[in-house]
Amino acid sequence: MTKEQLTGAELVIRGLEYLNVSTVFGVPGGAILPAYDPLYDSPIRHILARHEQGAGHMAEGYAQATGELGVVIATSGPGATNLITPLANALMDSTPLLAITGQVASTAIGNDAFQEAYTVGLSMAATKHNYLLTDASEIPQVLKEAKFIATTGRPGPVLVDIPKDILNQVAAWVEPGDLDLPGYKPTTEPNPKMVQQASSLIKKSKKPILYVGGGIIHSKANNELFELATKFNIPVVTTLMGRGAFPDGHELCLEMPGMHGNYTATTSIQNADLLIAIGVRFDDRVTANPSFFAQNAKVIHADIDPAEIGKVRDAEIPIVGDAKSVIKGLIEALGDEKLDTGNWVSELKEMKTEFPLSYNQEDKGPLKVPYVLEELQKLTKEEAIVVAGVGQHQMWVSQHWNFTEPNTWLNSGGLGTMGYALPAAIGAKTAYPDKLVLALDGDGCFQMTCQELITASTENIPIKIVVFNNGNHGMVRQWQKIFYNSKFSASELTHDTPDYLKLAESMGAVGLRIMEKSDIEKVFNKMLEINDRPVLVDCVVDPDDMVFPMVPAGGSNDQIIMNEEDLKNL
Amino acid sequence: MSERILSVLVEDKPGVLARVSSTISRRGFNINSLSVGPTNIEGRSKMTIVTELDAVEQVKKQLNKLVNVIKIVELDPNMTIETEVLLLKVSINKDSQTSVIEKASLSNATSVDVGQDFAIFELTGSSKELDKFEALMKPFGIIEMVRGGRIALQSNL
Ligand SMILES: Cc1ncc(C[n+]2csc(CCOP(=O)(O)OP(=O)(O)O)c2C)c(N)n1
Ligand SMILES: [Mg+2]
Repeated sequence: MTKEQLTGAELVIRGLEYLNVSTVFGVPGGAILPAYDPLYDSPIRHILARHEQGAGHMAEGYAQATGELGVVIATSGPGATNLITPLANALMDSTPLLAITGQVASTAIGNDAFQEAYTVGLSMAATKHNYLLTDASEIPQVLKEAKFIATTGRPGPVLVDIPKDILNQVAAWVEPGDLDLPGYKPTTEPNPKMVQQASSLIKKSKKPILYVGGGIIHSKANNELFELATKFNIPVVTTLMGRGAFPDGHELCLEMPGMHGNYTATTSIQNADLLIAIGVRFDDRVTANPSFFAQNAKVIHADIDPAEIGKVRDAEIPIVGDAKSVIKGLIEALGDEKLDTGNWVSELKEMKTEFPLSYNQEDKGPLKVPYVLEELQKLTKEEAIVVAGVGQHQMWVSQHWNFTEPNTWLNSGGLGTMGYALPAAIGAKTAYPDKLVLALDGDGCFQMTCQELITASTENIPIKIVVFNNGNHGMVRQWQKIFYNSKFSASELTHDTPDYLKLAESMGAVGLRIMEKSDIEKVFNKMLEINDRPVLVDCVVDPDDMVFPMVPAGGSNDQIIMNEEDLKNL
Repeated sequence: MSERILSVLVEDKPGVLARVSSTISRRGFNINSLSVGPTNIEGRSKMTIVTELDAVEQVKKQLNKLVNVIKIVELDPNMTIETEVLLLKVSINKDSQTSVIEKASLSNATSVDVGQDFAIFELTGSSKELDKFEALMKPFGIIEMVRGGRIALQSNL
């Protein structure tokens, strides 16, 4: 029997179908056009973004909400360079992404052909791995490999660059075979000896803290984490990327530590005698100056990426492995041990009551984001997927929103990419059309990718966006207030340009506005009712509010600035 | 700080050298020498990377993350056979000729080309020997010089 002959382009689409890809995000163009032809006839849904950066973040949002591969397609040259930001973002936050880019014909590569960019070179430091294909027959196998690399071990973005002549070249569809990746063998099962040693340390600890992050969510280890924490009575801090890995509201949950973490979470680490760090990377936003970080604590550090262990902080017990297997191992090794952590847990409980997150919403005064957030959460009955931008509003959402499930909090933690929220929300809503998806964005962030609102309305993806309109790059303003003598250089936007209602309307969405307290319930209820179109809420908030607590970059987590008063003593 | 020598077995794929060097510079690591060439195994190349880093553990781990990097061994300096090659073109004239040739042969350098007013020598040896030879030739006027990267094998592996 002769094998079915397909073009490279058809092999790409067939390959994606073979890998169970159901949705792709992208923007077409010359070099990738051959692939768009069979895509038209494929059951795969293509969402046409208005900018490749948007397409990339959509794929990220899809991946972060589902835990599965997100796929983005772009053309050569500017299409590919526009993808660099989401690729770097996905690399930082370990999001499994597959990017397929068109390239100029292989015969033209190196000649500065029209729309030629050295995509493999440009994306090398922004991907986990990348490929430049030279023959159409490679396509099925490389796509399988790319998905495998993107989704296993520490997940990340993989890019496959395909010259136009290869997309047009005819080759047989050959079902991809076993993978031959001699240099890629992630360790998922932890060394039992290390787990045993870790459990002995835990048994001796009187003040342990489970310091957990995105790794728990990637490995779907939240149930195991819950068992470990509750069975042995160990308090948990969840990093920005780990919010939702352990339920807020549980008495053992201390929520977010670090630069804008709450007092108790940050201090619990400082006072701990043992850090059980799982799926975290001792990021500077958590540790501040590492030499002052958790000075009294021994460290058990478990991660699937060996390079994270010892990178910032030496670990007494290094464990390479998947979070789920590590935690299962620890539970087993601890057996029926009763830990002596009762005092520690009550101490932290008292601390929580003594140092709560606070804000001051006056009745007639300008709206404060934390207040609005708490009101919004009261009005949303169902579990929402919440997506934030980068800035003050992001920190407030992480602080004040109650996250109880994994994959319900999407944000750009590592790279801090403004413009992430709206497209990422579109991606999440594409994956879960029946779930409530809320983009809680800043005005500065929104303006970076707001054209994707058109994507949401034309593709019928009814997300809800709240723009916290403080007329400012609020986080920048906050730093300028504290560190630059209130010299507000280039941080001011305006409250009224654009007119968000008109902007929403012109882009096929419903625009609503909140100006004062009495608007909140009415407007949010209306927002929640509308499900046939995207809704944009312009929520005008206090331009002068600041996020606290705060530990300045490079400072010590022992010196937490709790409020504006504390600033005077700096 | 003492030198550390990494022997890195890689898949012989396009771009692998770029990946390795990009990773090294991305992480802010410095290297003293890097050489790459085929091995006796088909489809596999070997890189020898010499660095002076304390952070060599991080270099190893970051390089290990590259999909095309198969294995990294840090060589034990006491058990390692290391060599480097040098080509050196030096000016000669009637007065210096004899002295140049004498010094070269005492250094075990081989003359590979001699012209009216120049000679080219080849020398293989340790980096120190190569340094010494360069210093010896310097007074006569070095016209051009090139050194290959350092390569190494551990004798008990
Ligand atoms: C692409 C990008 N450019 C610049 C920055 C630096 N930056 C961090 S927060 C911020 C201000 C964000 O403003 P806004 O979205 O209005 O949020 P707010 O802080 O006001 O809540 C800026 C400019 C960034 N993080 N990302
Ligand atoms: Mg703002």
